[in-house]
Amino acid sequence: MNDFTLIRKNLTRRRLRAGLLIFSIFIAFLIFGMLGAVRHVFSGENIKIADDRLVTVNKINFTQSLPVAYVERIRAVPGVRAVSYANWFGGYYQDPKNQLFTFAVEPESWLATHPELQIDDAARKDWLGRRDGLLVGEAAALKWGWKIGDRVPLSSNIYSQKSNGSHSWDFTIIGLYTVADPNVSTNAVLFNHAYFDESVSFGRDTIGLVVLTVDNPAMNEQVGRAIDAMFANSPAETATDTAKAFNKAFAAQFGDIAMIVTLVVGAAFITILMIVGNTMVMAIRERTREIGVMKSLGFPARRILLLVLGESLLLSFAGGIPGIAVATVSVGLLGHALGDFVQGLTMTPGILATALALMTGLGFCTGILPAWKAMRLDIVTALGRS
Amino acid sequence: MSDNIIELSGVAKRFVKGKDTISIFDHLDFTVPRGDFVALMGPSGSGKTTLLNLLGAIDRPTAGEIRIQGQRIDSLSEGELARWRGTHIGFIFQFYNLMPMLTAAQNVELPLLLTRLDSRARRRNVETALKIVELADRANHTPREMSGGQQQRTAIARAIVSDPPLLLCDEPTGDLDRDTANEILSVLQLLNRDLGKTIVMVTHDPEAAKFASRVLHLDKGRFAERTTAP
Repeated sequence: MNDFTLIRKNLTRRRLRAGLLIFSIFIAFLIFGMLGAVRHVFSGENIKIADDRLVTVNKINFTQSLPVAYVERIRAVPGVRAVSYANWFGGYYQDPKNQLFTFAVEPESWLATHPELQIDDAARKDWLGRRDGLLVGEAAALKWGWKIGDRVPLSSNIYSQKSNGSHSWDFTIIGLYTVADPNVSTNAVLFNHAYFDESVSFGRDTIGLVVLTVDNPAMNEQVGRAIDAMFANSPAETATDTAKAFNKAFAAQFGDIAMIVTLVVGAAFITILMIVGNTMVMAIRERTREIGVMKSLGFPARRILLLVLGESLLLSFAGGIPGIAVATVSVGLLGHALGDFVQGLTMTPGILATALALMTGLGFCTGILPAWKAMRLDIVTALGRS
Repeated sequence: MSDNIIELSGVAKRFVKGKDTISIFDHLDFTVPRGDFVALMGPSGSGKTTLLNLLGAIDRPTAGEIRIQGQRIDSLSEGELARWRGTHIGFIFQFYNLMPMLTAAQNVELPLLLTRLDSRARRRNVETALKIVELADRANHTPREMSGGQQQRTAIARAIVSDPPLLLCDEPTGDLDRDTANEILSVLQLLNRDLGKTIVMVTHDPEAAKFASRVLHLDKGRFAERTTAP
């Protein structure tokens, strides 16, 4: 037997009570883990984007288009290194529920502004030379079982073809792209803007967004201001921001998810804190006599304090660790299922570290008062021997 | 070193209750020779339990000196007192006060957690203590699975497992039937005679007092008379 045996036996002496407390803490950390991962997705913290990349969209909102002529004018702004553009295709494969991250892009400049995309020379050559070529991210290819040379029809929930009114375009997969950083998604599907633009029934010569890189990230603000000033008071005013900020703003359209998650988790934790704290106080009060006995046996006050604190910490970890473990598995499964549209839904080391800190804090906060009381307990009073 | 294991001189104990000060002892002198078995008797409120508390260093005197084995304990700090209790005193309570979630062996082992003994040595000491109280076959039973007498034997084993020279018993048979009480008192007698433990036992029961070698009657904070048990 050792102190841990004592702590464990004390904790489990009322199994139903301990079980319910552990379960409530388990639920709290399950919620924390899952919502933490969701919060992470919507905070934009997960998005790995080069610091020198800017995005220009219509000032009204990013669903409004911009004239393609803006591209050349932006290219002329001092400090701009490379410029590309894209249209959100709103694509799906076979069934509308099979949504894809599909962009119509200008191939050569897109690769110049996105150096993280790695493709072999043959694929690069094909993509630049073939109008119906489809460049597929490794993850997307894996998900749909596509391979190079496959003929793939992709449909749009926005656009249709002017020739026959069909929402589908046929593409040939000319290559797969990969990325070095495992945190960068390879779920996107890219094809030639020219192929799209010549056949689309409306919105020709317009683009959804301009992507540019600058010579130095320190110039981001200056370049952004210059671009927006250039199109001020025009029919299509622009808003330029870093790609990181753009993605963050995109996430923010769903509401202040981070704030909502924080409030939900906070409420859950305060409730758990109250319940566990109250139960610990009651549990220690029930054991007043036993604590008196332990002190009479020679257990120093500090050791009593540590035993009680150890109990509340063990309680917290007994519920918290399984909770965060189940959350990790659930988030992984969910992330896999929603992979295309909820990128970065994963349990990050930051969330795990916060969870561990919260478990420690919960154990400490709920245990310190009863532990302090137990430490200060007068033996004569505890034994009822006055 | 003196032959007295317990030496009290001029001990006073007063409690403040509201505006009143209640005096339990005013100037108590008291000695117990090493190896003695003393029964403390007296009416309720006479100060028996308070005296036991003072001897066990779980309470402090208002005035006076308390020496156990020649060491003055009334001036020790709380931490020093806790350590001192662990090595010098074995408590035996009326209601056994065992930890309900621990087995008999684990209850007995409890005071040894305060020592530097390794688990093997602790286990050996626990086995010895349980053998002395004839409870080796109940080592793995929890208090709930034992009778009152067995629980009190476990409590005695816990009191002696760290080999303290002084055992303080507060009504150790107060919750037991006559036959079981006699068995427990016989164990105490054995500990006194064969292992040389000094025992101070508070009791209301004249039959229990007969097992002691000396009976002291305490009344209103003073020893009223002295008797020697047959």
